[in-house]
Amino acid sequence: MRVASLGPLLGLLALMIVATLLNHDFLTVSNLSNVLTRAAFSGIIAVGMTFVIVSGGIDLSVGSMAALIAGSMILIMNALSTALGPGVLTIVLGMLAALVIGGLAGLFHGAVITRGRIEPFIVTLGTLGIYRAVLTYLAQGGAISLDSAVGDRYGPVYYGSMLGIPIPILVFTAVALLGGLILNRTRYGRYVQAIGSNEQVARFAAINVAGVKTMTYVLLGVCVGLATILYVPRLGSATPSTGLLWELEAIAAVIIGGTALRGGSGRIWGTVVGAVLLVTIENVLNLTNIISVYLNAAVTGFVIIGVAFFQRGRR
Amino acid sequence: MPTDAMTERLSTGSAIRFDGISKSFGDIEVLHDVTFDVQGGSIHALLGENGAGKSTLMKVLGGYHAPTRGRVVLDSTPVIFRSSRDAEAQGIVLIHQEFNLAEDLTVAQNIYLGHELGGALLDDAAMRRGALDVLARLEVRLDPGTRVRDLAVPMKQLVEIARALSRDARVLIMDEPTAALTPHETATLFALMRRLREDGVTILYISHKLDEVKAVTNRVTVLRDGEVVATADTAALSTTQMANLMVGRELEAMFPPRNAPGREELLGVDGLDVPGWSRDVSFTLSRGEILGFAGLVGAGRTESIEGLIGLRPHRVRGVRVRGRAVRLRSPADAARAGVVYLSEDRKGKGLHVNLGLRPNLTLMTLEHYARPLLDTRAEDTALTRAAQTFGIRTGRLDVPASSLSGGNQQKLALAKILEVHPEVVILDEPTRGVDVGAKQEIYALVGDLARQGKGVVVISSELPELLGLCHRLLVMHEGHVVGDLDAAGLTEQDVIQYATGLRGRTNGAGRGEHVPA
Repeated sequence: MRVASLGPLLGLLALMIVATLLNHDFLTVSNLSNVLTRAAFSGIIAVGMTFVIVSGGIDLSVGSMAALIAGSMILIMNALSTALGPGVLTIVLGMLAALVIGGLAGLFHGAVITRGRIEPFIVTLGTLGIYRAVLTYLAQGGAISLDSAVGDRYGPVYYGSMLGIPIPILVFTAVALLGGLILNRTRYGRYVQAIGSNEQVARFAAINVAGVKTMTYVLLGVCVGLATILYVPRLGSATPSTGLLWELEAIAAVIIGGTALRGGSGRIWGTVVGAVLLVTIENVLNLTNIISVYLNAAVTGFVIIGVAFFQRGRR
Repeated sequence: MPTDAMTERLSTGSAIRFDGISKSFGDIEVLHDVTFDVQGGSIHALLGENGAGKSTLMKVLGGYHAPTRGRVVLDSTPVIFRSSRDAEAQGIVLIHQEFNLAEDLTVAQNIYLGHELGGALLDDAAMRRGALDVLARLEVRLDPGTRVRDLAVPMKQLVEIARALSRDARVLIMDEPTAALTPHETATLFALMRRLREDGVTILYISHKLDEVKAVTNRVTVLRDGEVVATADTAALSTTQMANLMVGRELEAMFPPRNAPGREELLGVDGLDVPGWSRDVSFTLSRGEILGFAGLVGAGRTESIEGLIGLRPHRVRGVRVRGRAVRLRSPADAARAGVVYLSEDRKGKGLHVNLGLRPNLTLMTLEHYARPLLDTRAEDTALTRAAQTFGIRTGRLDVPASSLSGGNQQKLALAKILEVHPEVVILDEPTRGVDVGAKQEIYALVGDLARQGKGVVVISSELPELLGLCHRLLVMHEGHVVGDLDAAGLTEQDVIQYATGLRGRTNGAGRGEHVPA
């Protein structure tokens, strides 16, 4: 039981050892920092997703939501840039807008799921289509590009670093620590686990089930906003393929990390390991030529099924 | 299957002999050496209180449980059933208390489920004809193409029976088949049962409704605590004698002494309606009083209380807690007003069995431990204290609740709701699935609560428990309060007469047969 719960971490270490043996470039600071930076986007979303899944829900829309937030944020920043100039204020307001849009999208999900009593799978399958279609419409099928003057000031959010550590990694770390604290050490986190473990018992124990569940989607929406804020300066544009399949990466990270898909129990550190593991697989395939990098998704798929196989007896 | 063999079977219902049947689940033996005979082609009633072992015994006969000891003898041949399919092959069909119908399939598809006609392709026309035939035998007018989901509950019951008949049942086991039926539908069912008996079918009939047992059965076997206490001709027993046989044990020492309740009203409920379950339920509860809710399964006791604390849609004229009018829209409102409820469904609604003891105990009072991060050390202190106060026995405290015994789980669940320091404690079947020792502890705890000046409501299907524990009993029958009785000097027979509608106020569709007090 104890060892089994360390499974994802042991898997990651094993993969890293194999990777180092195959290519010594793997263990360089620049490569590891590259891996972690890439893991930050899906990882931050996956931390939010952990709350949703532990409470017994699911959100399939996060990739589309990220695309819509990216497009909207760029449009807002461009508009503010003409009015206020390409300064810090423009960027901060744009970022705030991203977080608010994410939170509102989550609020919408939560309200429809709890008040409207519709399965979260169905609600977010619907919004998955809606968000991306709206972005595609806003972009008229092409790309929404960030004003280059704003882009220059905004760039450091992705490319910059503090104490030698890239900003996305720092933000990812902070989100993971905060998420772990909330899930394990606050009333709210306890309620999330109680609802996912047995919603009826929670209801009978006078817990505001609808409110707590709605809040998980809001938290996830804010996490998507945050991930998008970090991601946009990388390319400086939003297209209909922005954030494609992020929902699968995020859900896979949560499941690989040992959170039960049916809810009730979960752990943030596992989700972090899951997110890093997924990016590491891709990285290893890139660095070595044993398996074609085109088969990346297949390898990931086998890993997900394999992890589920080893964890099936735990509950 | 050759057709003439089937006809022959139908003409001779099987005689059944239960020969020294014992059945244990884990360490608990629920049937002890049950021995009796059922005559072929008769209707044989099985009586007993909840938990007496009736359903378990019928599941042994139906092939769902294997007996731990003893055997079933069918027409003087001992039989061993590995599954319900084996039993059905011998013509023994159990009609469950809960429906076993695939809601999205049609009536005909359900009747033939698992026994479909046709080869590689299904012969829908033949199944439709067969379904029509069997429904005609039941004198039920119903299109076999109707989806079961669209049927009312009594119709579903009749489809269950039709399904059993289509299996050429020689032995039909009916577990409270009239629980969901109106008097008229019940009469139709009884006429059918009599016809089946004439066709030679043996029927085993479980019911709590003694007047129905009196009306339709030939013989009666009474079980109590997993043992046979009597088998007799129905004609030789009055309903009162049946009730006496069902109960009749002395558990006086089990119960704590009762102090006189105070005068202050803690809870007043006026005109509570829970649609589909109860009408115009009113009662009061005083400080230090233990009020029992008696009634048969389905009388609407649990549903009324769930309505009261906002877990079900309901209407109510007024609710007063300590004289103050309150509106209880959710369990959170109720807890704030000082009213807590422990569900009868411990695993489904009472406890998070997958979570540890600590999160279970403090779930309703987490605000005391949030500073703002949860102080798990304080929670552990509370758990240690609660384990001591409530006698929760476990080797370690850092285990999931599922690893506790039923009695200890129940004590943990009680501890959880009492953490709120409520004024009114409502306990639904507080001793269900709990061994005798834990029962006594729970009774003592209820007595303590009353002595501390709290008001306690106990819903229970065990009459000795209600009579031994409570000051006053409210008896419900078909959604109405039919009796508000002082427990002093009250007998179980009195209560059963109220609960079965033989006595007391019967509003609405009463059955019109009243026994004078």
